[in-house]
Amino acid sequence: MHPSLTNAERQIGLGLAVGLALLGLAMAAMARDGAMAVHGAIALALGLGLVFRLGGALYDAAPAGPDRAARYDDAPTRFGITMTLAWAMIGMGAGIWVAALLYWPEGTPPWPATSFGRLRPVHTTGIIFGFGGNALIATSFWVLQRTARARLADAISPWVVLIGYNLFCTWAVTGYLMGSTQSKEYAEAEWYADLWLVVVWVIYFALYLRTLARRAEPHIYVANWYYMAFILVVAMLHIVNNIALPVSLAGAKSYTVWAGVQDAMIQWWYGHNAVAFFLTAGFLGMLYYFLPVRSGRPIWSYRLSILSFWGIVFFYIWVGSHHLHYTALPYWVQTLGMTFSVMLLVPSWASAGNAIATLNGAWGRVRDDATLRFMFVAAVFYGLSTFEGSFLAIRPVNSLSHYTDWTVGHVHSGTLGWVAMIIFGAIYTIVPQLAGREAMAWPKAVEWHFWLAVLGTLVYVIAMWNAGITQGLMWRTYDANGALSYSFLQSVQAMAPYYLLRTIGGLMFLTGAAICALNCRATLRAATARDLRNDRPLAAQPAE
Amino acid sequence: MRNPSDPRALPGADPHTGNRLVDPVTGYDTTGHDWGGIRELNTPFPRIAVIALLLTFLYSVITWILLPAWPTGNDYTRGLLGLDQGRMARDGYQAVDATRQGWLAGFSDPDFAALASDDLLMAQAMPAAARLFADNCAACHGDAGAGGPGFPALNDADWLWGGAPETVAETIALGINATDNSRFAEMAAFDWLEPAERQALVDHVVALPQGTAATDSPGAVLFADNCAACHGDGGTGGLMTGAPSLADGAVIYGQDAAAVRTTLRHGRRGVMPGWSGRLSGTEINLLALYVATLPEAAP
Repeated sequence: MHPSLTNAERQIGLGLAVGLALLGLAMAAMARDGAMAVHGAIALALGLGLVFRLGGALYDAAPAGPDRAARYDDAPTRFGITMTLAWAMIGMGAGIWVAALLYWPEGTPPWPATSFGRLRPVHTTGIIFGFGGNALIATSFWVLQRTARARLADAISPWVVLIGYNLFCTWAVTGYLMGSTQSKEYAEAEWYADLWLVVVWVIYFALYLRTLARRAEPHIYVANWYYMAFILVVAMLHIVNNIALPVSLAGAKSYTVWAGVQDAMIQWWYGHNAVAFFLTAGFLGMLYYFLPVRSGRPIWSYRLSILSFWGIVFFYIWVGSHHLHYTALPYWVQTLGMTFSVMLLVPSWASAGNAIATLNGAWGRVRDDATLRFMFVAAVFYGLSTFEGSFLAIRPVNSLSHYTDWTVGHVHSGTLGWVAMIIFGAIYTIVPQLAGREAMAWPKAVEWHFWLAVLGTLVYVIAMWNAGITQGLMWRTYDANGALSYSFLQSVQAMAPYYLLRTIGGLMFLTGAAICALNCRATLRAATARDLRNDRPLAAQPAE
Repeated sequence: MRNPSDPRALPGADPHTGNRLVDPVTGYDTTGHDWGGIRELNTPFPRIAVIALLLTFLYSVITWILLPAWPTGNDYTRGLLGLDQGRMARDGYQAVDATRQGWLAGFSDPDFAALASDDLLMAQAMPAAARLFADNCAACHGDAGAGGPGFPALNDADWLWGGAPETVAETIALGINATDNSRFAEMAAFDWLEPAERQALVDHVVALPQGTAATDSPGAVLFADNCAACHGDGGTGGLMTGAPSLADGAVIYGQDAAAVRTTLRHGRRGVMPGWSGRLSGTEINLLALYVATLPEAAP
């Protein structure tokens, strides 16, 4: 971190690190329960670590002054990619473990922290926020600077965003292990972690806007629209869904201000738009940058990008109620959620189609380059899972699929097939450039990763489709005498082969991701001093 | 002042000819934008996207007309079909109920002997009873009723409270040690006995099912003084007060030395919830008859 900072910036950073350490100390000292005390201690340790790191380097040689402003600031991206891969191991590892527990529940160790209920949100938060979020932030800095032809507006904010964000993820995940949760799916982290994330997020959005305001290009590229939609709407969702009253300022427990069916509606408005704006909009930004760059092709249709963007942004906000079909939520809200979900299919497929048509003229590269193939497969799975999503939102279809493993299969066709694939495509594009190399250290390993990821995804998703449809049918089949044909227990027993297959598919995917992490490490360790970043020269910048 | 529709005014156009970069693969010109090497084609809007958008919008409009859809202040548009999901759910449950009523009604009358001898009725009812058992009882008693550590087997002839369907129905309805109205049974803790005495008792109880227990050992004397009141002389049980026979092969908590020692030291007070609030009387009768069939199904 410190080599990219000037001496004055190191002093500011030192001040912020002291502030973080003091905050941690105050939390740990005031806390009346274990979770908050541990989280205070984590913040204190992180703050002290940063104090030593920055304090020790306070008078080291500063980076060459005028030269620095003429280059893009890629050190935060490098750190973000490292954290992406670290969280991939944590989140996917927890996923495999809980998948295995579903097949082999007797294997649960006798400690509360290792029970399924606590480890499951470690998996979801580790993947969505740890793996996905770090990838989004890291690539957004990379894409923003290059499409705006401007260096990040300041050198400290990106570090505050990345370190602060990872502190949030760590607080969240360690909190679940200690049983601290708001019990809202994908928003389990408690109130102080939520407040902390708001601060981090506002700094992130401000940094984005400030950098964009300095752009040397007259127009704002599509990728940046998507990244901005991601940052802005996630802030809105996060704040509204997490409004809660803490029982005490010295404790982790809080209660949401929302009640009853309104709480359910707000939760799924949040939950589905976490899918829309966290797992889709930001990653479409990634796709819109890395696919044309890697394939060397122009985006197929500018007009279609406009339809996709506004269609996705407008329709997605309405569809959360399709998570609450056949519940206490009024029928009319369900109808609106269903119809908007169906209309959403067109802009979603327009994006997928635009991406695939962009590859026209570059199919030879798709065949030869596993990195580009990751992006192609991502676009295909994006099309598949958005079709599936609209289909599952239709009320009668939902009556079969809801509460079954079909939902799990649908989510993973999106997260494994689309989100993770585009992340790996972006990582394999960025990492060699960061290392000043033409290619990854082990080019063959990229092929292995690709096939493990594709096969793992297919095994996982097909197993869950079978599992979900089997469950849905077993739960609703009556015999001639009006009695249910199957007990719930039989439907659980019928899941055994699918749960085993799911574990194997996940293990293949994790193996591929581990190969990727090792490959990135080897590549960055074999870095050269050359600068192969194929960047347009930065426009002249005002003094920082 | 240039005309804004003049092609020479567009971004990226050649200021003299108005021509823009043409992509050799697709033959389309580009929009003139360039972001670090990324360009965009000026491909016309694909008609199929517009048609698809109109079709999905048409589907939505039809749906909005037919179903409850848009809020109007304190009310909402009801839709031409006049559907109400609460009423639809009730109607659906009633329709399923109606298919059962023919045979299910018979089980509201607890004349178990007559019911059990009606083969036609039992053939219709037992599959439904098996589902009820699997969904409500199997979690503790096992899906074949074979029981497990802490939970008695239902597929043998050994009963704590009695195996007649009337008695089983009462046990299901009230539960054991669950509420004030439940059946009550407690194995007292014999922690006040000297360890040597407890060991003598353990040895005696472990030997009982094997038929090798001496009748005049110190353990046998202790047993007669302290245990026989509930477990019967010689531990043969059969009093139907919740105290098991200790002389047969059926065990709940285990009849090896360690399990018996734990039981003696700490006592036992197993709980079975009462089901009268969760299952109807008819369903409980159905289950009681089903439980009575379990020993026949046992291997």
